Amino acid sequence: MSEERQIQLEVLRYNPETDLEPRYQTYTVPCVNEWVVLDALNYVKENLDPTLSFRWSCHMAVCGSCGYMINGEPKLGCKAFIHEYGDHIRVEPLAHFPIERDLVTVVEDFITKFASVKPYLIPKEEKPISAGEYKQTPAQLMKFKQYTLCINCMLCYAACPQYGLVPEFLGPAAISMAHRYNQDSRDGGRDQRQEVIASHEGVWECSFVGACSEVCPKHVDPAGALQQVKVASTIDWYQEHLMPWSKK
Amino acid sequence: MAKSNKPIVWGLFAAGGTVTAFITPALVLLTLFAAMRFAPTMFTYESIHAFAANWLGKVIIFGVITLSLWHAAHRFRVTLYDFGVRADLVVATILYIIAAIGTISAFFSLLSIH
Ligand code: FES
Repeated sequence: MSEERQIQLEVLRYNPETDLEPRYQTYTVPCVNEWVVLDALNYVKENLDPTLSFRWSCHMAVCGSCGYMINGEPKLGCKAFIHEYGDHIRVEPLAHFPIERDLVTVVEDFITKFASVKPYLIPKEEKPISAGEYKQTPAQLMKFKQYTLCINCMLCYAACPQYGLVPEFLGPAAISMAHRYNQDSRDGGRDQRQEVIASHEGVWECSFVGACSEVCPKHVDPAGALQQVKVASTIDWYQEHLMPWSKK
Repeated sequence: MAKSNKPIVWGLFAAGGTVTAFITPALVLLTLFAAMRFAPTMFTYESIHAFAANWLGKVIIFGVITLSLWHAAHRFRVTLYDFGVRADLVVATILYIIAAIGTISAFFSLLSIH
């Protein structure tokens, strides 16, 4: 039952090198109901206007590169089905990020922040390969598995009003990823990460709006991770200040 | 980046949030009943007074009042910030002073109940 229908796809266009300000351009796209918004964008690029720029790669909600504001909400273009929308769909670049070209945003801020939390395993003790693998029980894996599902799509940054207000804020995905490694039984890097995430621009800038968890396409629940980080950082603080002998 | 000192107030905020979530609705309901002159013997003036005169009762009442105050102060600070009031230091100082005054006066008025 592949019904065809015409939609008006209103896309934000902007080339900082030649345009004074962003403008909207509307394309009439013949769509099949099974299409996602990314298909409509590709139709435009292939048939109507090759100058339209947007990022995508996997078309299956894995690579995290197709985040746009669709009718004002941060969404993955490859996961937003046409049949969930009316005949007029507006697509804009992710909020809170500078525009590089059309729907392509400048993501350096996110990448720098993400790298700053050391999002990789820092083993408790280095072992030679001959000593075998770092083992883990299923129960230990369950403590952090959900946070490993993050695909760095930055929808949570576009949804977070706090990141919009305070650009220094480390943000949901970076802190959740730090939490993911802090919870890993094989990891010993928590002290290094806490220096970054327990700072003022870290988790304490979060006011628990919760929008990040609502838009997360992989159900990572960043807001939940951040609250857990707050509890753990508070316990740290009391230990460091009231029981200085208990640490280090 | 230095670690933040926010855990001091956040700890009180979180504890207060838990307390208010569980106890405030019950207190509101009981106060409403009392206002409608429906006070079972357990909640008569004499028995509440006796509760407040007891040491354990004092500790419980003190905990509920002060944690709720610190919770409200911090919540209000964050709400004002979200609404665009950016003078965070001023806001925080005023609200926490109010909570501190409430804490001190709760402490002394509870002590005066025998
Ligand atoms: S194209 Fe890879 S997540 Fe959408």
